[in-house]
Amino acid sequence: MNMNGQPERHRGHHHDPASLFTRTMLLQAVRQALLKFHPVKLAKNPVMFLVAVSTLYATILHGVHVAQGADWQPVIMQILLWLWATVFFANLAEALAEGRGKARADSLRQTRSAQKAKRLDDPQENTAYSMVPPTELDVGDVVLVEAGDIIPVDGEVIEGIASVNESAITGESAPVIRESGGDRSAVTGGTTVISDWIKVRITAKHGETFLDRMIRMVEGAARQKTPNEIALDILLAGLSLIFLVAVVTLACFAIYSGTTVPNIYLVALLVTLVPTTIGGLLSAIGIAGMDRLIHINIVAKSGRAVEASGDIDTILLDKTGTITYGNRMMESLHPLRGVSQDQLAEAITLASWQDETPEGKSIVQMGIGHFGVTVEPERIACFIPFSAQKRMSGVDLTDGTEIRKGARDSILKMIELKDGPVYDELNQIVDGIARAGGTPLVVVAERRPLGVVYLKDTIKPGIRKRFAQLRQMGIRTIMITGDNALTAATIAAEAGVDDFLAEATPERKLDFIRKAQAQGSLVAMCGDGSNDAPALAQADVGVAMNDGTQPAKEAANLVDLDSDPTKLIEVVLVGKQLLITRGALTTFSIANDVAKYFAIIPTLFMGLYPQLKAMDIMRLGDLKSAVLAAVIFNALIIVALIPLALRGVSLHSSSASALLRRHLLLFGGLGLLIPFAGIKIIEITIKALGLVGAGG
Amino acid sequence: MSDLLHLSIYFGVVLGLSLPLGRHLAQVYGNRPTIMTPLVGGLERLMLHLGGCKVDDQQKPLAYLVTLLMFNALGAVFLYGLLLLQGILPWNPAHLPGLRPDLAFNVAVSFVTNTNWQSYGGEATLSPLSQSLGLVTQNFLSAATGMAVAAALIRSLAGHGSMGHCHVDLIRSVLHVLLPIALLGSLLLVSQGVPQNWGIPVTAHTLENQAPITIPQGPVASQISIKQLGTNGGGYFNANSAHPYENPTPLSNLLESLFILLIPAAFPWAFGRMVGDFRQGRAVFMAMTILFLGGAAVLYWAEQSPNPMVTDLAIAPMANMEGKEVRFSVRDAALWAAATTAASNGSVNSMHDSFTPLGGMVAMVNMMVGEVIFGGVGAGFYTMFVFVILTVFIAGLMVGRTPEYLGKKIESREIKLAMLAELTIPVGTLLFAALAVVLPAGRHSVLNADPHGLSEILYAYTSATANNGSAFAGFNANTVFHNTCLGFAMLIGRYGLIVPVLLLAGGLLDKKRLPVTSGTFPTHGPIFVMLLVCVVLIVGGLTFFPALALGPIAEHFLMVGHGN
Repeated sequence: MNMNGQPERHRGHHHDPASLFTRTMLLQAVRQALLKFHPVKLAKNPVMFLVAVSTLYATILHGVHVAQGADWQPVIMQILLWLWATVFFANLAEALAEGRGKARADSLRQTRSAQKAKRLDDPQENTAYSMVPPTELDVGDVVLVEAGDIIPVDGEVIEGIASVNESAITGESAPVIRESGGDRSAVTGGTTVISDWIKVRITAKHGETFLDRMIRMVEGAARQKTPNEIALDILLAGLSLIFLVAVVTLACFAIYSGTTVPNIYLVALLVTLVPTTIGGLLSAIGIAGMDRLIHINIVAKSGRAVEASGDIDTILLDKTGTITYGNRMMESLHPLRGVSQDQLAEAITLASWQDETPEGKSIVQMGIGHFGVTVEPERIACFIPFSAQKRMSGVDLTDGTEIRKGARDSILKMIELKDGPVYDELNQIVDGIARAGGTPLVVVAERRPLGVVYLKDTIKPGIRKRFAQLRQMGIRTIMITGDNALTAATIAAEAGVDDFLAEATPERKLDFIRKAQAQGSLVAMCGDGSNDAPALAQADVGVAMNDGTQPAKEAANLVDLDSDPTKLIEVVLVGKQLLITRGALTTFSIANDVAKYFAIIPTLFMGLYPQLKAMDIMRLGDLKSAVLAAVIFNALIIVALIPLALRGVSLHSSSASALLRRHLLLFGGLGLLIPFAGIKIIEITIKALGLVGAGG
Repeated sequence: MSDLLHLSIYFGVVLGLSLPLGRHLAQVYGNRPTIMTPLVGGLERLMLHLGGCKVDDQQKPLAYLVTLLMFNALGAVFLYGLLLLQGILPWNPAHLPGLRPDLAFNVAVSFVTNTNWQSYGGEATLSPLSQSLGLVTQNFLSAATGMAVAAALIRSLAGHGSMGHCHVDLIRSVLHVLLPIALLGSLLLVSQGVPQNWGIPVTAHTLENQAPITIPQGPVASQISIKQLGTNGGGYFNANSAHPYENPTPLSNLLESLFILLIPAAFPWAFGRMVGDFRQGRAVFMAMTILFLGGAAVLYWAEQSPNPMVTDLAIAPMANMEGKEVRFSVRDAALWAAATTAASNGSVNSMHDSFTPLGGMVAMVNMMVGEVIFGGVGAGFYTMFVFVILTVFIAGLMVGRTPEYLGKKIESREIKLAMLAELTIPVGTLLFAALAVVLPAGRHSVLNADPHGLSEILYAYTSATANNGSAFAGFNANTVFHNTCLGFAMLIGRYGLIVPVLLLAGGLLDKKRLPVTSGTFPTHGPIFVMLLVCVVLIVGGLTFFPALALGPIAEHFLMVGHGN
C-alpha cells in the first residue's frame, strides 16, 4: 500500500485489480442478494429490516386496494418497486463483498491436497515410507516431501533443504527456501516442493491447518460484528426509530389539519429518511475491510483485530529486518592488545561455523574469504545456538576450549570482568562501534576476551519518511533491538523512530507492552519466534510472520503471509480506512435527509396549503414525481456507493483534525448538495420518459 | 443599531458573569471551600449531618441515581398532598380550595421536573403557603437536582474515580449557589419595586366606575428571582413577567433576562475547569452561543418585520406588537423569548402565542433540540453532553479511530444510552402531541383552527417534554386529559434523560483515560464546535420538520401569501 491511497494489489491475485468484480461474481451476487431477503437474514440489519417491513406493509395495502377494484396506479407500482430495490441493492452490496472473499476461498480450497503423503516409518531413514492420505496424518508424524510433492499439512522441516512454491498461500510465485533450523523451518500445507527434499514433522491435523482457518475466515463464516460496527448499528437503529415516530405522528397531524396522507407516501418518506445508505452498506464495508487485508496478504483471525489496528497508537518494530536490512554483515575485526587479527578471525569463524543466522554466515564467509581461515569441522564438539535469554552463542571445541560471542554485557557478566585495563580497552572499542551505529560482538575464548566483531547495519531507505507520516497520524514507533543502548540510540536517531527498547529480551518486550497499555496505549507488534508468543498475545494487535514458528502464529491475531514486518504499518492503515469509510457514509447518509425533506414535505401538503409551493425549492411540482424521484435517488445512491464501500475511502496520512475537516467537507458537504441535484435530475428524467403519467 | 448594542451588552454581561460563576461552581462540585463557606459552612455541616453523610462521601453510580430518584419522588408526593389539601391548610387568606387531583398531579410533576408548566392562574389558584412551601421549595430543589446530575457527570469525565454523593451535591447546590444568588437577586428586584410581603391583597378602585378590584400580593420577589435563576419559570402571577408586580422596570427586565442564562451558561466553564481543560468547556459554550444567537437573531427579525396582513390594512408598517407589553420593546420581548426557550426557563414577558409564525417556531425549535442551548440549570449541560457523545462518535469514525471524548472511549454502551436519551424529546413531544390532536378529549382544548391550533398543541407538548414550561395561550390546558398527558410528557422528558445520562456517567467513570496523540481529533476546536451545532440541528431538530411544516411553516406561508 502506498500511504496516499489504495492498498496496492500486491501480486496479481485471483481477480483483475482494475475491476472490483467480474461478471460471474456479479451474477452470483445477484442470486445471493435474492436469498438474503430471508427474514432471519434481514433482521440482522435493523435499518434494512425496517425498510423491508414497511415496504411489505405498503405492498400488501396496495394489493388489497387493487383487489378491491381500485386502479393499480403505475406510479404507485413504480414507487413500490424502487422501495424493494432499496433492500435488494443493500443485499447486493453485501453479497458482492462476500463474493470477493468466496472467490479467494474457492481457489484456496483447490490447493488443499488430496494427494497421498509419504509417511516415514522411521524418521531417521529416507527410504521406507508408506503412502497415507493427509487425513490420516497425526501431529508428530514425519513425512518425506520430494520435488513435485505437495506438502500435505502444516509442519516443521527437521531435515533437508528445498525450494518451495508458496504461491497457493501468498500469491508469490518465486520459490522460497525452507530448511531445518532457524527461522525458515515452518512449511504450510498446500504448498509445493519444487526441488530437493525435506523431512517434515507434522504440527497440525488435517482440517485444522492454517489453510483451513484461512478459508473459513475469507468466506466470512467466522465473521462477527465488530465493536464499532455494533455501536454504529445502535446509532442507526435509534435514528430509524426517531424517524419512524416522526412519520407516524405526521399522519396524525395531517388528519388534524384536514387531510390524509396515503400510506404509500408515508412509507416512502420513512424509507428515504432512515439512513439506508449507510445501513445498506455497513456490512459490505466490514467484509471488504477483511478482503483488503487479504489482498496485502494478511490473514486476520477476527474482524475485531482489523478494527483494533485502526486504534493503535504505539507500534513495536523489530530493528532487524524492519528498520534495517535483515542481513547484518561483518564489517571488520578489532582484536584486543596482545591478540592477533588471525587469532580472532579463527576463533570467530569457528564459533559461527554452524550458526545459521545471516550474521553468522557472513562471519564465516568473511573469515574464510578475507582472513584465509581454514576450519577443521572435526574440532567442533558442540554448537551453542543463540538464545534470547543468554544473548550469546558459540562452540565448545573437542579440546575443551569454549568460544563465545555475544553482546558485551552478557559476555562480561559471564566472565565476571568488572574493571582493569582489558575491561577499559574492550569498552572503548565497543562504544566506538556502537556510536557508529554498528553492532559490536564481543568474542571470548576460555573466558579470555579476544576482541570485538563489528557487524554493520544498513537502514532501509524511505523508512524515515514512513515514520514521520505515522507520527503525523499520532502513532509512536518503538524500535526493538537486542543491541546495546548506544547502538540502538544511533540507529533510532538515524531511522527517526520515537523511542527504542535496547537489549530487549522477550520478558522486557512483554513488560514494555504491559506498561504502555497501563498508560492507555494500544500496542501493535510483530514477531516470529516462539519467544515472541507472550508479547504477541499481550499486544492489542499481534502480527505473526507466516514463516515464523507455530506458537507465534497461535498467539497473534493477524498472520502476514509475506513475512514482511513493515506491513504492520499497512494493517493500521486498513483498520483506519475501515472506520473512516463507515463514518464518512454515515455522515453522507444523515446529511442526505435535508434534501429529502425538501423534496417530499412541501409536495405532500401542497393540496392542503398551496402556499407551501414556496418551499418546493427543487421545483418538483407534484407529489408523485417528487416521491418517485426521492425513492429512486435513495435506492440508486446505494449502488453508486458500493465501489466506495468495497474499496474504502482513500486515506491520507495527516493529523486527525485535518482528516476530520477533509471528510466533513467531502461527505457532509456533498451529502447535503448531491441529493438536491440528484433528485432534480431524476425528476426531469422520469418526466421526460413519461413515467409519472400526464398530469401527475 | 441600538438593538444590536443592547444584545451585545446583554450577552457580554452573561459571558462576563458566567466565567467567575463557573469557577465558583467548580469549587462547589470539587467539594472545596468556596467564598460562601464562611456564611453557610455551619448550616452545610448541620444539613450533611442530618442527611447522614460527609462532604467527601462517595456513591456508586446506581446508588447516586436511586438516591436522586427517591429524593424527587418524595418531593413530588409531598407537593401533591400539599396542593390537594390546600383548602384545609393555614396561610390561605383568600380561602382558595384544594386542587383537583389531575391538576395537583400536573403541578406537582411540573415543579419537581423543573418545568413549571402552569395550566392554572397562579395567584387565583394557589395560597401563599402552597406557593412558598410547595412551589418555591421545588424551585430550589428541582434546580439543585439538575445541577447534581451535571456535577456527577462532570466528575466521572474528570477521572477522579468518583461520582460524588447525591445528598452532598444537592445541599451544596442550594447553599453555595442557588440560595445566595437568589437572595441577591430578590434584593435587586425589591429595589425595583417587586413586592415581598405577607400577601394581604390590596383593594383598588378603578377610575372609570370606581369598581373595586383586588390585587393579590405576597412573597413575590423571592419567587421571581429563583424562578429566573433556577430555569423554573413559574411566576407568582398568571401573566408571569409581563405583570408589573413581577417585572416593574426596564432594569428589572434586564436583570430577569440575565438571570435566565446565568447559571446554565456557567456550567460549561465549570466543566472545563473540572476536567482540567478550559478549552473543552469553551467549545461547548461556543456551540451553545452560536445556536442561541442564531435563534435570537431570527426571532428578532421575525418580530421586527411588519405583518403583511396588517400592512395591507393601510396602517403604517410596524413591528408585530400583538401580545407584547408596550412597556417593553420588540427587542426585549424577542430577547426574552429566545432566552427563556433556549434555557428551559419558561417564564415570559410577552405572549408567545401572538408571535409571528416564524418567531413562534424559533421558540419551539429552541425547545425541540432538547433544551441544550444553555438549557436548564445543569440539565442543559448534561443534555448537550448526549449530543457531544454522538458528535464524537461520528467524528471519531471519520478520522479512523474508536471515538473517544476526554480520553474515554465511546463504545456501544455509550451509544445505546445516548440514543435512548436522544429518543426522549421526539417521542415525548410527537407521540403525545399526536395523541392530543387525534383524540377528541385533546382536540377540544384548541381554540384556534388549523395551523395555529396545531402549533399551540405542538408548543404545549414540546414545552412540557423539554421541561420548559412556557405556553402558547389560546389553548385550555387545564383539562383532565391534558393535565395527565402533559404530566407524563414532563416526567418522560426529565427522567428519560437523567436516567441514561447518569448510567452513561457511571460507565465512563470506570474507563481508562487514554493519552492524547495527534491521531486523536481535538474536541475543543472550531471544527468540533461546528459539527456539534450541525448534529444538534440535524439529529435534534430535523425530526420535527414534518410537524413544523403543518404548523408554523404553513402558517407563515399562509400569512405571507394571504393575498394570493
